[in-house]
Amino acid sequence: MMETGMGDWVTFFYQQMLFPLLNVGGILFGVLGLAALLIWVERRMVAVLQDRLGPNRIGPLGVGQLVADTIKMFFKEDWVPEFADKFTFIIAPAIVMAVALLGFAVVPMSPSIGIVDLNIGILFIMGVTSLGVYSILLAGYSSANKYALIGGIRTAAQTVSYEVYMGLSLMGVVMLTGSFSLRDIVNAQADLWFVVPQFLGFIIFTIAGFAETHRAPFNLPEAEQELTQGFHTEYSGMKFGMFYIGEYAGVVLASALIVTLFLGGWHGPFLPPLVWFLGKTFAVILFFILVGSILPRPRYDQLMAFGWKVMLPLSLLNMIVTAGIVLME
Amino acid sequence: MEAFTFYLTSGVAIASVIMVVTRVNAIHALLYLVVSSLSLAVIFYILGAPFVAALEVIVYAGAIMVLFVFVIMMLNLGPRSEEQERALLKPSMWVGPSGLAFILLVILVYVITQQPFGAQSPASLVESKEVGAALYGPYLLAVELSSMLLMAGLISAYHLGRPLKKKDQE
Repeated sequence: MMETGMGDWVTFFYQQMLFPLLNVGGILFGVLGLAALLIWVERRMVAVLQDRLGPNRIGPLGVGQLVADTIKMFFKEDWVPEFADKFTFIIAPAIVMAVALLGFAVVPMSPSIGIVDLNIGILFIMGVTSLGVYSILLAGYSSANKYALIGGIRTAAQTVSYEVYMGLSLMGVVMLTGSFSLRDIVNAQADLWFVVPQFLGFIIFTIAGFAETHRAPFNLPEAEQELTQGFHTEYSGMKFGMFYIGEYAGVVLASALIVTLFLGGWHGPFLPPLVWFLGKTFAVILFFILVGSILPRPRYDQLMAFGWKVMLPLSLLNMIVTAGIVLME
Repeated sequence: MEAFTFYLTSGVAIASVIMVVTRVNAIHALLYLVVSSLSLAVIFYILGAPFVAALEVIVYAGAIMVLFVFVIMMLNLGPRSEEQERALLKPSMWVGPSGLAFILLVILVYVITQQPFGAQSPASLVESKEVGAALYGPYLLAVELSSMLLMAGLISAYHLGRPLKKKDQE
């Protein structure tokens, strides 16, 4: 009697408390650690691509550069400009991190790992990413600086329009699965990854992902040559660090979404599911960084014209054709 | 638990709406409006309408409010507009709107108290599929009408924003 009670309590403890805690904590710290590591990965990989050495002094292969940069960022003076709107100036970097981390709540990493399985998973992601605009808008507005303001305005227009194609390009996947839940979508890809029947959707989603995370070549909000540092010109210390790491967390989220929605999620032969998921995600992240260092930045009007004149018709076409095929079957 | 979260989010919604009215800085007021629409989304979720909750966040908080903030940023309202706003928030300005709102509140309280206590609407989960089937079934006319309205808006925006021809400039 005593024995079974004890055993029940132990299984309860493992299943209801320890496992969820490990799940949430592991995903949270994993994402943050990976985002910070990407700072080094990007500098080092772009350097190798351009026949330079990059940071190679501290630690093996220069990984210690990461720690050095973090310590430096913590010890810098955290300065809020006199002319800034303090309330919004301080809240802006918090929003970017919160939004990037919230998105991971619905991303399933393996059959057993994943924080929550919402039946509106994709819509949750869309809602959360659409809130991410505020961080940059508010940073641009509250800095009371013309470069920051122009950066903020560019972001608002860019993100709001590319969100439309991002959402439309996903509808093909939703129709083929018949569910908004990311777990159902991964399960539906056991035999065939959605990148094959939804190749157009995959391309549109990837391009929109670049625009949403405002990574190069779509980094017009912070175009160095035109706007100094764009929306985060006035930020220093750890507030700047939040924008910096938040951007990489956004890249990790976009890569994880591409893997979940189009590249089969955790499915793959031989290796355990989690290894497949992490490996694919890391490969997509490297792709993001490489593309950013290869392609030149378009002009702003070219970016908007490309969006509304090419991406929108293509994503609508993709949706209509997919709907037609689903209806025929 | 459900009732507790409901009352908590309702409290947040009401508090943030009050802040919207009383802020003198337009951007701060808009941020509180975003908070209120987020709390409305949570209320929809608690009441068993996750699809509407997601749309509330995507459409209102994520798109419409962004455009509001965008426009206000472009207007470059300085301390002068805050002075104007402060002048508008005089107690004498409150009398009319508060009186009218109070009448509405009395009517609302009356209607609610007429309901038998505890007879709630069944809290069933409304799936996205049901929303879609309803929109393109019995409410098809409303969907078509709103799409025509949006089309008219699109055409007029294009008309206003089109590049001027040589002939027009002369």
